[in-house]
Amino acid sequence: MNAQARQGWLLVAPATLLFVGIVATPLAMTLLLSFNGWSSTQGIVPTLTVQNYAEILSDSFFAEIFLRTLRIALWVTLICVLIGAPEAYILRRMREPWRSSFILVVIGPLLVSVVARTLGWALLLGGNGLIPLALHRLGLTSSPVSLMFTETGVVIALVHVLVPFMVLSVWASLARMDPATERAAQSLGASQITIFLRIVLPQAMPGILSGGIIVFSLAASAFATPAIIGGRRLKVASTLAYDEFLNTLNWPLGAAIAVLLLVGIVAIVVGWNRFIERRYSQVFAS
Amino acid sequence: MPYLALENIRKAYGPAVAVDRLDLGVEKGEFISLLGPSGCGKTTTLQMIAGFVEPTQGAIALDGIDLSRLAPEKRGLGIVFQSYALFPHMTVAANVAFGLEMRRVGKAEIRQRVEQALAMVGLADKGGRYPRQMSGGQQQRVALARALVIRPAILLLDEPLSNLDAKQREEMQLELRQIQRQSGTTTVLVTHDQQEALALSDRIVVMNQGRVEQIGSPFDVYERPGSAFVATFLGRTNTFSAEPTPRGLAVAGHVMMPGERPATISIRPEKVDFTTDGDGLPGRVLTRVFQGNHWLLHVETPGGLCLVIRPNDGRPLPGEGETVVLAFRARDASLSLAGSTP
Amino acid sequence: MRNGPLALVFHAAFVVFLLAPMVLVCLVAFTPEGFLSIPTTRFSLRWFERIAQYPDFIAAFRTSLFVATAASLIAVLFAVPAALAIARYRFTGREALNAFFMAPLMIPHLVLGIAFLRFYSLLGISGTMAGLIIGHVVVVFPFAMRMVLAAATGMDKRIEDAATALGADRITTYRRIVIPLIIPGMASGFALAFIQSFDEVTMTVFIASATTTTLPVRMFTYIQDSIDPLICAVSALLILFTVLAMLVIDRFYGLQRLFIGEDKS
Ligand SMILES: Nc1ncnc2c1ncn2[C@@H]1O[C@H](COP(=O)(O)OP(=O)(O)OP(=O)(O)O)[C@@H](O)[C@H]1O
Ligand SMILES: [Mg+2]
Repeated sequence: MNAQARQGWLLVAPATLLFVGIVATPLAMTLLLSFNGWSSTQGIVPTLTVQNYAEILSDSFFAEIFLRTLRIALWVTLICVLIGAPEAYILRRMREPWRSSFILVVIGPLLVSVVARTLGWALLLGGNGLIPLALHRLGLTSSPVSLMFTETGVVIALVHVLVPFMVLSVWASLARMDPATERAAQSLGASQITIFLRIVLPQAMPGILSGGIIVFSLAASAFATPAIIGGRRLKVASTLAYDEFLNTLNWPLGAAIAVLLLVGIVAIVVGWNRFIERRYSQVFAS
Repeated sequence: MPYLALENIRKAYGPAVAVDRLDLGVEKGEFISLLGPSGCGKTTTLQMIAGFVEPTQGAIALDGIDLSRLAPEKRGLGIVFQSYALFPHMTVAANVAFGLEMRRVGKAEIRQRVEQALAMVGLADKGGRYPRQMSGGQQQRVALARALVIRPAILLLDEPLSNLDAKQREEMQLELRQIQRQSGTTTVLVTHDQQEALALSDRIVVMNQGRVEQIGSPFDVYERPGSAFVATFLGRTNTFSAEPTPRGLAVAGHVMMPGERPATISIRPEKVDFTTDGDGLPGRVLTRVFQGNHWLLHVETPGGLCLVIRPNDGRPLPGEGETVVLAFRARDASLSLAGSTP
Repeated sequence: MRNGPLALVFHAAFVVFLLAPMVLVCLVAFTPEGFLSIPTTRFSLRWFERIAQYPDFIAAFRTSLFVATAASLIAVLFAVPAALAIARYRFTGREALNAFFMAPLMIPHLVLGIAFLRFYSLLGISGTMAGLIIGHVVVVFPFAMRMVLAAATGMDKRIEDAATALGADRITTYRRIVIPLIIPGMASGFALAFIQSFDEVTMTVFIASATTTTLPVRMFTYIQDSIDPLICAVSALLILFTVLAMLVIDRFYGLQRLFIGEDKS
């Protein structure tokens, strides 16, 4: 080992030790825990068994919850793309001082506690909330229907929580775009719509895809928002694990749910990343 | 009426005036350069022709048709941007085809014209590549092909060669000129590189602070600069203040040329020669620098520092520290009378 | 290029969507009624006054501030040497380590919460302040690391060589050149880490005890029982606090810079 490498390792040693000690170890223990048995009388039984996984994978109750989690995450991602990408483009085209002020408006909510924001949605979506009343007034529903404890409600609130990430991500890739390409297309005779669809959108695609990864993984593992809007009635994977841990006290089962959630998310994210790299390595610099 | 006519154009950004009182006529097939220092309004002028910037005042007409109400995408002009602005997510061929697609040209014809255009810029076999996989010079050619393939009424070039290294630039200059002559496309080039303007253009528009200083052929603006600005901006110039004497105009007491009023003499460094027959401006060589095909000498004279350029043709030259006498022919010098504005 | 009218309508709708829930919470907080309603006749501060009767909200707020400060400081202290090493030394495992340090971003906080709950209960430190802070250090470390790393990478290594060439020894070079150059990165890393820690609910729900509850967790558990104007008043105060913090950060550092990085265009 040369001097440079030695010094380098010396400098990273504290953080590495910290991470091995307090991240890797607990995670390994959780993995182990998910293979432990459990009984309501004895609590955790320190045997090695795949019984928890077998239970989750065979029971349609769990399957439904995991499917719901996936469905919600996909909807949230899709809607975030559909509204976040155009918003980023609109912001990009704004002039100062509007641009800076509205960027504050978009980033601002990221700083506000998720609990406070979700509370706002609970007020908006509840039976007497503005949205059910508005839907009723517009004649879309025969009576004000509460959106609390519904998938729709959870999706709306999660979009609100996560869409700033999409805007930021698309913004970053638009910032790398040469604005002269838009003018070039215009001079070649392209209309505004054509410019957006054929010049801007493809160049924003890396940002949309990486924003999609962020939004998807955060939506799939979100806890506070589905817990408040979905409540006990509409469980997702994370609230299910929470219940197993803090109410049923079946820790091994809860751990197995968490492990499956983690593995699922990591698999999807890694696959997605591979796809992006393969698709775009030729076209764009990393 | 010229093919492209700019009449009394003015562009102001708030209180700042970028272009003022600009009159310019470009004939069909002509190659015109806008030349001037940074910030003099060249890009603004080009953008007004292209339609991306709206003139505060004045009219632009193409082939007798007023352009002011026409959106950029309707003008049918070909533009090469300084950054090339190639679409990074499209192949070279798709880049070139884009303008034709917008014009709803048939598939077969698009393919054929794209091939032609790429062949013209020497990239016949590179159609399948992405811009990122090409060198600066190649990207430059793609941008040129993309602009030319739509058979534009006018080709607008904004410092198209400024991102290339010296050698590539020289090659591209030659090629650009050839392609322009071959296609006969009316061309407006923006540049701050005088060499480029001199080498390429039929006529040069020298701009300064938003105004036109002089319009003329390269030879004219170089040999007969219309103002002191043009003289100093284009090439290098020595200036001496001269006083009248009974025998003619004298610099620091040494008679140099005929004349009877106090004046400023401007003379190009390559027009100054060393003389041995006594009459002239005495001086001492401060530095002598070899520049390949010529020598550059700084000579200290009682009238101020004088730059002398001599061809590297094998004739002996004075060395550093030697005393010399400088002279030039009266018809090579230009005079501006003292007191009149330069 | 200008945005067309359609774009502006879309933009307005987007902004309303983003702000509506927070504005609504703040409005309801001022209701004079005893139930959830938007004040129509007058604004009342009665629900803000009621907060005083719930000392656990105030205690939770203090805990949040303390945990966020401690965790962010610790994270930055660990991040500085690690970032310097990764930015400026070439050694095997450098890339892998960087990915390793960023990993908590990929791990759902729920999983981290469960892992810490299990870990602490085995170590016998469940529900302690130390445990809580350690958990937060892990969560915020990638954010601190990212900012410090950006500062360290952006620094020209030759500046340091120049200092050495001018006769500065290693310690002096660090003290006079390297550290001053990465201080902005440390500050922004701290700010970003603080924000993340202060907002964290998911992991904290698992590892906070009654005495170490943070504000978001206290609010979360309160909302699970009931939603009333009181919790709206607490949220309104929290939103106000956040907006003030945001304006301060924006004034002195630039929110855009913190979240997006330097804008080159
Ligand atoms: N959008 C704008 N807003 C305000 N001022 C502008 C704008 N665009 C250009 N200007 C100003 O107008 C003047 C002319 O600018 P222009 O870009 O035409 O110069 P240029 O001759 O192309 O210079 P360069 O060689 O540096 O490209 C400059 O002083 C510039 O600062
Ligand atoms: Mg310019």
